[in-house]
Amino acid sequence: MSAVVQVTGLSKSYGDVHALRDVSLSVEQGELFGLIGPDGAGKTSLYKILTTLMQPDSGKATVLGLNTVRDYRAIRSRIGYMPERFSLYQDMTVRENLEFFAALFGVTVRQNYDLIAPIFAQLERFPNRRAGALSGGMKQKLALSCALIHKPEILFLDEPTTGVDAVSRSEFWEMLNGLRRQGITMMVSTSYMDEAQLCDRIALIGNGRILRTDTPERLVAGLDEQLWNACADNMYGLLEAIRKLPHVAECYTFGATLHVVAEDGFDPEAAKRQLEAGGLKNVEIYPAQGDIEDLFIKLARNE
Amino acid sequence: MSEEKVITVKGLTKRFGDFTAVDGITFDVGRGEIFGFLGANGAGKTTAMRMLCGLSRPTAGSGTVAGYDILTQPEEVKRSIGYMSQRFSLYEDLTVLENLRLFSTIYGMSKREIKERGDIVFRQLGMENMRDTLVSDIPTGWKQKLAFTVSTIHNPGVVFLDEPTGGVDPLTRRKFWELIYRESSRGMTVFVTTHYLDEAEYCNRVSIMVDGRVEALDTPRNLKEKYHAATMDQVFRTVAGAAKRGD
Amino acid sequence: MAILGSMVRKESLQIWRDKRTLLIVLVMPLVLMLLFGFAISMEVNNVRVAAVVPQHSDQTRNALMRLQVNPYFTFEGLMPVGDIDKVLRSGRADAVVLLDDRGGTLRQQIIADGSNTATAKSVTAYVEGALAESGRNMPVTLRTLYNPQLKSSYNFVPGILGMIFILICAIMTSVSIVGEKERGTMDLLLVSPVRPLTVIIGKLVPYFLLSCILLALMLTLSYTVLGIPFGNIFNIILVSLVYIVLALAVGLLISTMVRTQLAALIASAMIFMIPVIMLSGMIFPIDNMPDILQWLSCVVPARWYISAMRCLMIQQQALSGVWLEMTVLVGMTLVILVLAVRKFYLSTK
Repeated sequence: MSAVVQVTGLSKSYGDVHALRDVSLSVEQGELFGLIGPDGAGKTSLYKILTTLMQPDSGKATVLGLNTVRDYRAIRSRIGYMPERFSLYQDMTVRENLEFFAALFGVTVRQNYDLIAPIFAQLERFPNRRAGALSGGMKQKLALSCALIHKPEILFLDEPTTGVDAVSRSEFWEMLNGLRRQGITMMVSTSYMDEAQLCDRIALIGNGRILRTDTPERLVAGLDEQLWNACADNMYGLLEAIRKLPHVAECYTFGATLHVVAEDGFDPEAAKRQLEAGGLKNVEIYPAQGDIEDLFIKLARNE
Repeated sequence: MSEEKVITVKGLTKRFGDFTAVDGITFDVGRGEIFGFLGANGAGKTTAMRMLCGLSRPTAGSGTVAGYDILTQPEEVKRSIGYMSQRFSLYEDLTVLENLRLFSTIYGMSKREIKERGDIVFRQLGMENMRDTLVSDIPTGWKQKLAFTVSTIHNPGVVFLDEPTGGVDPLTRRKFWELIYRESSRGMTVFVTTHYLDEAEYCNRVSIMVDGRVEALDTPRNLKEKYHAATMDQVFRTVAGAAKRGD
Repeated sequence: MAILGSMVRKESLQIWRDKRTLLIVLVMPLVLMLLFGFAISMEVNNVRVAAVVPQHSDQTRNALMRLQVNPYFTFEGLMPVGDIDKVLRSGRADAVVLLDDRGGTLRQQIIADGSNTATAKSVTAYVEGALAESGRNMPVTLRTLYNPQLKSSYNFVPGILGMIFILICAIMTSVSIVGEKERGTMDLLLVSPVRPLTVIIGKLVPYFLLSCILLALMLTLSYTVLGIPFGNIFNIILVSLVYIVLALAVGLLISTMVRTQLAALIASAMIFMIPVIMLSGMIFPIDNMPDILQWLSCVVPARWYISAMRCLMIQQQALSGVWLEMTVLVGMTLVILVLAVRKFYLSTK
């Protein structure tokens, strides 16, 4: 296994704003690598440097063993890039878009059609529709097809699922899985924490810093906290009451329940009695399994 | 939650040419309720929401929001609701105070009211020391709280939130929801759309739109039971996955 | 080459698909030309003249006769001295001529309505001309060369050409490039193996061709409908092509300096359109401007183009007659092009 992307000590500022601070990471051959973090964490800046669109202030990045500053021309023909907001020519048809991007890389659509066939299949029904008239999910598929048409060795996807509904999102991840099976290395950024589980390895990024890098499983396993689920009829009342309990470090909503981060000495039975004495009904407290989101909240809290 | 209805919708329909974007939806939202309005992209959520806010005239059906008829009294509707979207919320190149003043004035508040309400709001948000900071310079979490506060500055009975938490980190998202809880416990009705399905769990009731129709509407607990699902995410996939339109 | 081909094809498709803009771009210049050519004319036809003659004599009768028979005048009749103000105010006459024969010496006075200075100037010149022939007292002969009827369309056609090309080339090019930046497609182009220079050329060629079509249209229109004489058509085309390239370079330069389409539009309009109209000599003659504005006008490309076009079209000079203008235009083109391409390259890295 060799590193397809190698980033060491990368920093980038825009005036007073530090977009990236001493970022280091590596992406291995054939990996589906996730860059997980909220808006403004520095994801797009990192992408712009890796795709040779921007130079870092300091530090070094290589893609496919090539330096992003010095060898940018060589990199450009070997990578695929799908920027935020599917960048397509809205006033050109599906076919025209695809053919145009193929021509940019000096290939024909037929040459690499096998690669995009599973993604492009649904679009084949309306080759003459303008890209601007496609639905969100279809635009996403077309943008992915265009980014793949020259058979890149690595694909950079910047927030491909932002603003897309849950059904289209899972379809999109299916497509990425298909590409992974074909051996294409991918780096995907997202602000949806639940997508972290779908990656081979992830880096959590916040405020321009890489907070953690590992497989999702190992990261969750490393979450050394006592986590409890809590629920009651009045969830908001429960949230406020639990925060006032002793031995509670933090309490936050988590889907249908609340997650309670407990300190040593926390007794769920005593807590339940105390909460019900305070007027809450049907209180339940039981152990919780943490996930990436819990980890992110913990890291953000310690910041 | 009382029995008082803040939003009532009957057979609401919107057609664009021969395309029916919203196809006869019917539901009620009670006072103080947090109502999740979910649906796949292109299911007709935005169109429906625009009609409820008095921005778009229904082709058929009727509805009232905050006691006003959306067909005959759209101006009154607009004055008595709050609206916050991810795209348009605050003017980045104005200060916190300037934004607050601007929106208060838009909603017809007097100078004295603005001053009084402003003081309360800043204290509640803990933003007293940020009054004169440009909105572009304050962190996302604060921006979001401020946007919500500004959209509810005139104490509307109902607030419409269009994907208010897109792209925001988990901690900020949660703090925002606590703000929603607080307002709802004080009697404000919250009508919210989101792509984060864990947030659907926080709603009192959730509706899921598919191809212009409301296919499912109930409490998250009942929906999960009905569709034999562990999470709202699974419920959504089952219901919205059956869509024929769009993709 | 194949890549450039598909870049050009793509851009042309996009121009073609935006029918509304295309229509404006093709029709507006023609409408402007016709408008300036016919309707908004600065020539004064039909001047209404009244006369005040305290005492008739041969000389005054002679002068009156000339005013009456002149085809450009409508003689409004005689009136008492006291009515001059009333007649001019009411607009019944544009000028009043006072003819006073004092013992054989005819004293002539022209009292004109100066509320519109341009009209007043022409009117007085006309009347002066007409009267000059009437007596030995004012042996003035007026002869206007090249444009004997002082037709204003002759003046406006070069001006409109100068304006249109800045409009089409600079605004359309900059808006289209910045639009790609805004939508993010520019990133895709730059991340591909396409050279930035190819991107630039691919962007400029379609707008260059569009400008050529427009040039052909406008020249045809000015020749056939407006009846403007051309000298050597090839010289006119040559100078115009240089100017078009210059305008394209300006558009490219703007696109490297702004981030949004709106900013591109405003920058093009404020920095280029307004000076073109005000300082190019299209409406206000440069020679009448204060020195500082005259100096300022030297950096406005349209000034040189318009001046060259006037020499070539109306004076029908040879190319050697506009060597100064040509040198300045070529020089400006090179400087701006180099600057723009360099800035474009810098912005991509």
